[in-house]
Amino acid sequence: MSDRAKRRSNAFIWSWTAFVLVVVYLPIVCGALASFNKSRYFGFPIKVYSTEWWQKTLDSIEIGMLVRNSILIALLVTAISVVIATFGALAFARYDWRGRRLYQKLILLPIFFPQPVLGLALLLSFSALGIQTSWMTAVFAHLVWIVPVVTLVIAIQVYGFDPSLEEAAFDLGCSRLQVFREVTLPLLWPGIWSGMLFAFLLSWSNFPLSLYTAGADSTIPKWLYAKMVAGYTPMVPALGTMATLGAASLLLAGGVIGMLARRRRLA
Amino acid sequence: MADVAIARLPETSAELRKARALSLGARCALPVAVLLGLGFLAPILAIFGYAFATPRSFDLFRSFTLENFATIFSPSNTVWVSFAWSCGFALFTVAILALVAYPIAYGLTMVFGRAAPLISVLFVFPLFVSENVRLYGWVLFFIKNGVLDGTLKWLGLPGGPEVLFTPGITLFGMVYTYLPFMLFPMTLGLALVPRDLVDAARDLGAGRLFIWREIELPLAMPGILIGMLLTFVLAIGATAEAKILGGQSIIVISHDIEIAFTYSQNWPLGSALAVVVTVFIGALTLFALSRLDLDRMLGRR
Repeated sequence: MSDRAKRRSNAFIWSWTAFVLVVVYLPIVCGALASFNKSRYFGFPIKVYSTEWWQKTLDSIEIGMLVRNSILIALLVTAISVVIATFGALAFARYDWRGRRLYQKLILLPIFFPQPVLGLALLLSFSALGIQTSWMTAVFAHLVWIVPVVTLVIAIQVYGFDPSLEEAAFDLGCSRLQVFREVTLPLLWPGIWSGMLFAFLLSWSNFPLSLYTAGADSTIPKWLYAKMVAGYTPMVPALGTMATLGAASLLLAGGVIGMLARRRRLA
Repeated sequence: MADVAIARLPETSAELRKARALSLGARCALPVAVLLGLGFLAPILAIFGYAFATPRSFDLFRSFTLENFATIFSPSNTVWVSFAWSCGFALFTVAILALVAYPIAYGLTMVFGRAAPLISVLFVFPLFVSENVRLYGWVLFFIKNGVLDGTLKWLGLPGGPEVLFTPGITLFGMVYTYLPFMLFPMTLGLALVPRDLVDAARDLGAGRLFIWREIELPLAMPGILIGMLLTFVLAIGATAEAKILGGQSIIVISHDIEIAFTYSQNWPLGSALAVVVTVFIGALTLFALSRLDLDRMLGRR
């Protein structure tokens, strides 16, 4: 391939990617614009900008409850899923055992399954068992989908991990617990950290599972949907934009902390 | 006989103990397996149970009837229309996404270099924004007097096209929502293509099209197929796009299931529909996954 043809194809790839990224972020920008519109109904170009709806959203007690629910669910999902998924990832990628092939495929099934159908199936099972749906059942529903994702994220880290380091620690007389704490965990830490970020943010933004399994308790995406279908107010884009900014700052902070930790370990 | 039995006993019990004591890997897998057993397999079992219960009843495993399936497959019922729409949307979504994502996946593995991690993060981030927030952003973009229409009018043009609440915009919404699910498996697949092999083929005088068709595409195929399967399966079950962007101009299959579960309170019928979808998706997924080596896909770094 001549250099010119290569340059041309690279230019195409760069511009196509840039275009798709613009399209990906366009609706998020539209939501942010709508949240700063003073009038109750959206019209573009915006005549008067104001932060009135942001203020109203921040002051609303109802929305405060939603945010608390969403954070509570996401924190619990993160804490539980990271423990389960760390062991799950070791079973996925580190150890050779008899059921491993089957287990690797089983873990993918919830990811390859439409969430609205999973949510309804869970709702049906909860009520067949006589369990009242609430934010707690939503935590369980989120786990069913998020644990497999986090397991895969951590498993990628496990694949790049040298088992002889663990064996060396055993040979030097470490107990199993010591090896896990002093060797395995520190080596897997970057994967576990990304897994935690994934768990929190996927739970934070989840809509289909919360819709069917949270019962009377509402989360941010669930409330937004209810208002989108009936009863638009500019608080909808305002809260949506806040949730997006929250996720972005968490991702940014998580990335920076991860980078600093890596640098400290290398130093 | 007795001697043989006595002689064999300790050996068998030792074997038994060995078989019973779970290996380290199995013990690590246990929490995940329990969670998925209770939270994934059991609910699917429950919908299978309900699917064979008397219509409009709540007697799980207490009655057996094929009536629900008869209702679904009877020619007077129009549920197959929803199913056909869902399948059609899913097929188009997969085809469009394959074309949209391929250049980006190629760029992420071969062209972007040091910028690749940042660009990946930019494509991952929308997954952390609820799909209904992003889809509603498109409503604000396309709606009358919205961002597109308003801008065009402001420029003195006649205004934007009325695309909202049509099947086309539903398809667009699906393509938009499921882009990351095509992009990342595809990138993993393309990362499996050894660069030296491509370079060697080029040195031997192979043309670009030839390299693409004979080397890149076949070696990246596992990843591309996973991406296609994943987007297809997720698009089959998608509802938010048809509800928010499509304004329910089209009823997709998951929406039908939801209606049966909620408004019409006919759980057995809803379950039977869910079973049809699950069997369809499950057969596809299990077939594809059985031919896949996950260690190779995820392990190569």
